[in-house]
Amino acid sequence: MAVADTPQTLPPGAVQATDILPRTAARRKGPVRWPLYVAAILITLFLLLPIYLITIAALSPRAAVNDFPKSLVPRELSLETLLFFLNSRGVVASAWNSVMVGVITLVLSLVIGTPAGYALARFAFRGRDAFKILILTTRAFPIVILSIPLAVTFIQWGLYDTILAVALVHTALALPTTVLITSSIFVSVPRDVEEAALTLGCTPVGAFLRIALPLALPGLAAASLFTFVLSWNEVFAAAILTVSQRTLPAQVFTSLGDSPLPFRFAGGFALIVPSLVFIFFIRRYLFNMWGRVVR
Amino acid sequence: MAEIRLERISKTYAGGKAPAARDVSLAVADGEFMVLLGPSGCGKTTLLRMLAGLEYPDTGRITIGDREVTDLPPRQREIAMVFQSYAVFPHMTVFDNVAFGLRMRKQPADQIKPRVERAAELLQLEPYLGRYPSQLSGGQRQRVAVARAIVMEPSVLLMDEPLSNLDALLRLQFRAELKKLVQDIKTTTVYVTHDQVEALSLGDRIAVMRQGEIVQVAEPMVVYDRPTTEFVGSFIGNPPMNFLRGSVSRDNGHARVTIGSEALTAPTALAEAVGDNVLVGIRAENIEARAEAPSGGANGAGHALAGETVVVEPLGSHLLITAAIGGQQLKVVTRTDFPTGPGRPIWLYPEEDKIRWLRPDTGAAVQV
Repeated sequence: MAVADTPQTLPPGAVQATDILPRTAARRKGPVRWPLYVAAILITLFLLLPIYLITIAALSPRAAVNDFPKSLVPRELSLETLLFFLNSRGVVASAWNSVMVGVITLVLSLVIGTPAGYALARFAFRGRDAFKILILTTRAFPIVILSIPLAVTFIQWGLYDTILAVALVHTALALPTTVLITSSIFVSVPRDVEEAALTLGCTPVGAFLRIALPLALPGLAAASLFTFVLSWNEVFAAAILTVSQRTLPAQVFTSLGDSPLPFRFAGGFALIVPSLVFIFFIRRYLFNMWGRVVR
Repeated sequence: MAEIRLERISKTYAGGKAPAARDVSLAVADGEFMVLLGPSGCGKTTLLRMLAGLEYPDTGRITIGDREVTDLPPRQREIAMVFQSYAVFPHMTVFDNVAFGLRMRKQPADQIKPRVERAAELLQLEPYLGRYPSQLSGGQRQRVAVARAIVMEPSVLLMDEPLSNLDALLRLQFRAELKKLVQDIKTTTVYVTHDQVEALSLGDRIAVMRQGEIVQVAEPMVVYDRPTTEFVGSFIGNPPMNFLRGSVSRDNGHARVTIGSEALTAPTALAEAVGDNVLVGIRAENIEARAEAPSGGANGAGHALAGETVVVEPLGSHLLITAAIGGQQLKVVTRTDFPTGPGRPIWLYPEEDKIRWLRPDTGAAVQV
């Protein structure tokens, strides 16, 4: 890491100004950029428009859902649709289940993922790059194929239809990203400060706990939000591994077929909002990860 | 308070091509201020880190005081280190930074406070004890790092280019302060730098390093005046030492070194090397320049080298003249009123006892 005069003022994991600067330079003398911007705007619209329509539908009166043609500006705002969704049977209980699964997933993946991320950031061990790729390939394994044997196993262990079972699967899904994000956070904690702690009487573990960990805390918070969102949004494993202990997405998913349209829009909205808020907070840590650690 | 002994230390980093240290031996006396000086990549920082216990040598022994510490972790070595990047803990106040080491040693709180305050006083940090490092300037952060080290009252104080991140003015000021501080606390100190001025001004002795080896260890003025190799002469001093290529001949039983069409009287030790080439090392300020030919006639008695002025650079307190002798250039320092200009002849009188004679093949000095 470059030794700037004021490295300590940057929060750990912050995107350094130098990461952004070349872009303005390229814009000044580079080739014509407008096709790129048009493409970017189109892709963004493609992604944002459904979210926007869902939001409008969720915040409009129930009757407005069937209006045609759709207007892009809501004619009347109302909490009626959302309240109807929240009062539906199982919604509050499954939301609570989702929170519990999310919290357990978060704790497990941090406890397991942080040391791995630290090792990736600090130690040049044999097979480090292979390990990085390997943990990413676990994401390539289709959850559909995993779910059936997992369900069988969990039935044998007596874990089937528990939030712990869902949390375990979510932890497995979240770990690769947790490991990569935490390693990017620890890369941005200067090695010097840990070495200073070693010379001042710390054991390596003590230096980690007293120096590296507190400095990485804001970044770790972001990583845990990411994990939580991932768990909050996961449908498939949750739907297969539970019958009565549904999480919110699983509840919405399994009742999609026989629920009225406003319920679907409100459910979609309830699932989207937390994700958007979390992603807003952690976005710079994601840039950091893609900019430096995963090349 | 302790002496340091490095015995035959070698180290090659995993994946590194050249060794960072090859068979380095060095003794630092109790209370001595030793500077490790060399260009970047010469292994000086590696040597310091091995002293600190942040790296371990492949072979060799390190002792501090009468304890062998070669394989001990940093916390068991009674050392304290100041890092180039300051390495203050950003999430702790200045007080907590300075107190950190004492707390790790499980000192009682009522002893920690006075010691921290004394260290803060020595480095003029008292007004900032409650602040966080992000509220301090670079210079103040470096003071915190030094206070954090000396509060430990270590046997050995290690410093890794502590001034190199400060701006020029601050560096000058803090350098003098650091020298006084270390003199006062009398701790054995090893100081790494690539800045020859820092080395000359701070060190009791300087160890000049190159490519993982120590080339010369001596007092600053000895290193400056009597470099044992061409590398040391050209690395230390501004401008670097002049090196002129000449060949040895014999004239009336006296050894002479001819440089182009000019000649210098050489020491008798060189008389056996007739016909060999030799490097003549002389510092710019050890050459007297004259604008007129010597009165004893051309090539007369004395040791004048006739040449031509190439460039004249006024530097305020003196002129820096680049002159050419027989196609070789050298730098000369003169008074500001010295009458010369590009293309004009100049006569140069090197001070004989300041001349270094070196073998061009090995770059090593001939002992005279």
